[in-house]
Amino acid sequence: MSQYKLLVVSLFLVTLAACASQDIPDPDPMDTTYGSEDGANTDSMDGSGLGDGEFVDYDPDAGELTNTIYFDFDSYELRPDDAEIVARHGRQLAENSRLNVRLEGHADERGSREYNIGLGERRAQAVRRVMLIQGASASQIATVSFGEERPAAFGSNEDAWAQNRRVEVKYTN
Amino acid sequence: MRNEAIVRKFLVNTCLISIMLTGAARAELTIEITEGIKRRPIAVVPFGFEGAAGMPLNVAEVISSDLTRSGRFAPIAEDDMLQKPTSGLEMDFDDWSILGVEAVVVGRVTQTGENAYSVQFQLFDVFGRDQLVGYRMPASRGTLRRVAHRAADMIYEKLTGIKGVFDTKVAYVTAEQRANGRLYSLMVSDQDGENEHKIMESNDPIMSPAWSPDSRRLAYVSFEGHRSSIFIQTLRSGNRIQVSSKPGINGAPAFSPDGRELVLTLGGLDGNLDIHVLDINKRETRRLTTHRSIDTEGSWSPDGRYIYFTSDRSGGPQIYRVSAAGGTPERVTFEGSYNARPRLSPDGEKLAMVHLDRGNYRIAVMDIKRKDLLVLSAGSQDESPSFAPNSDILIYATRPGRNGVLESVTADGLIRQRLASGQSDVREPVWSPFQRF
Repeated sequence: MSQYKLLVVSLFLVTLAACASQDIPDPDPMDTTYGSEDGANTDSMDGSGLGDGEFVDYDPDAGELTNTIYFDFDSYELRPDDAEIVARHGRQLAENSRLNVRLEGHADERGSREYNIGLGERRAQAVRRVMLIQGASASQIATVSFGEERPAAFGSNEDAWAQNRRVEVKYTN
Repeated sequence: MRNEAIVRKFLVNTCLISIMLTGAARAELTIEITEGIKRRPIAVVPFGFEGAAGMPLNVAEVISSDLTRSGRFAPIAEDDMLQKPTSGLEMDFDDWSILGVEAVVVGRVTQTGENAYSVQFQLFDVFGRDQLVGYRMPASRGTLRRVAHRAADMIYEKLTGIKGVFDTKVAYVTAEQRANGRLYSLMVSDQDGENEHKIMESNDPIMSPAWSPDSRRLAYVSFEGHRSSIFIQTLRSGNRIQVSSKPGINGAPAFSPDGRELVLTLGGLDGNLDIHVLDINKRETRRLTTHRSIDTEGSWSPDGRYIYFTSDRSGGPQIYRVSAAGGTPERVTFEGSYNARPRLSPDGEKLAMVHLDRGNYRIAVMDIKRKDLLVLSAGSQDESPSFAPNSDILIYATRPGRNGVLESVTADGLIRQRLASGQSDVREPVWSPFQRF
């Protein structure tokens, strides 16, 4: 129960963040955290005695869930660590059909602009596929690619480029 | 005609010449000739004027600026002129041969009505002591600048054998950082930066402007409402129609040579970017490619037979072409690991592209018949090459600092210049076709 409440609260916050970012076209380069920071479902432990305790399950979905997935140069393959993060987003969508996401794909500034739109879209699709495999419905997921048009970080250096090759998972309701 | 060998002999490497031109529409336009050839000495004599008030535009100055910006001519200063004839009858060829001037332009503007003028010019060959071209054109205050550019076009063609492109326009996109986010604008100006007009603005990205063959309309991509769609906007009226807003990507529009169709990229729900052709009136699309790779940036060959496009079906992006009627695509580029954004020259002989050149994204042209590749630009992030309608010059965007600026280069790479303007980030220049008068 408590986990569900936390989820709703944090979703509300994420939605607020998404709404706020609609007024400010350039996305915040900081990752938006998603989910509870203090270990989701262990807070219902009642340490008052031996009688009415609860079992604590192992929960792979506990902990921070970032909303920005980064990619390698000229690549639209998910990094192994990120595949699990995306899968958790996918499970959340599968478990809550009222949730919708918009996957915004981006590229760094190098190369041709429309080809970079293609790279951003492929990155968003790589994220989408994992979500679908996890049981999310196609109707819950929209993709858009901004290519190199909306950088998270300015600058022509490896650091800025790495921050810009990304997919932002934005909950839209 | 031009003699390549002689031109190359006079190549002057990296001569940095800054010419400040003052104009009415903008405070200043800086043109740096970053690479050039020996420039031919000519004279453009101040034009005479007959009429009520003063001359509404310094026609000789416009012509002189055009010829200077071409990088091929060095007009002498007015103070050095020994005579200032306004017609051929007053020409003394000796006064010009002393100065070492090859050619002289003289002319006069005559007011013929309240808002009607007649512009006459003559071009003389000093060595041959003969007129090369003479012409008289009607004008109004509103068309006087274009008439001056047309005169410069005729003079340029007579002296070089290459059609002039001074009476053409350039469309481009700017992005400015504002307090409440970024503002994207679609702009059109004369090719010299004058008469800059805003065609459309948005807080969401605007991309990929493309001219219609009659240069009356622009197609572009807009991200209004967090999704991409393609619009065609008529410049004069400002009216626009949304021609493609399918699920997923709607991108990279380019008009067919007859103006009836638009090649574009559609991604669909599953994001498989493919080349499609849209019949603009019927609103019907047909699909030209089906590969699961990224296929995008379609553009037509001038004869309408082929569509060139970028595809990463071989791994990295390379250029392919497919018959406009459909069929199996064939690979066109093999040199280097990154070739994208193909654009054919209007004469069909050259293919411009973004080419990864030893770690730098640069503009290159490939000779369609000989297949050899020539790198034209010298930046590290050069993009969006677009041919002038005479096939002799390209404009593209480069990023020397934080902001993008525009540069132009001749297709032989000999004359390169930078067009700096304002504080905004300028990108995606596209040169208009020849204008109807």
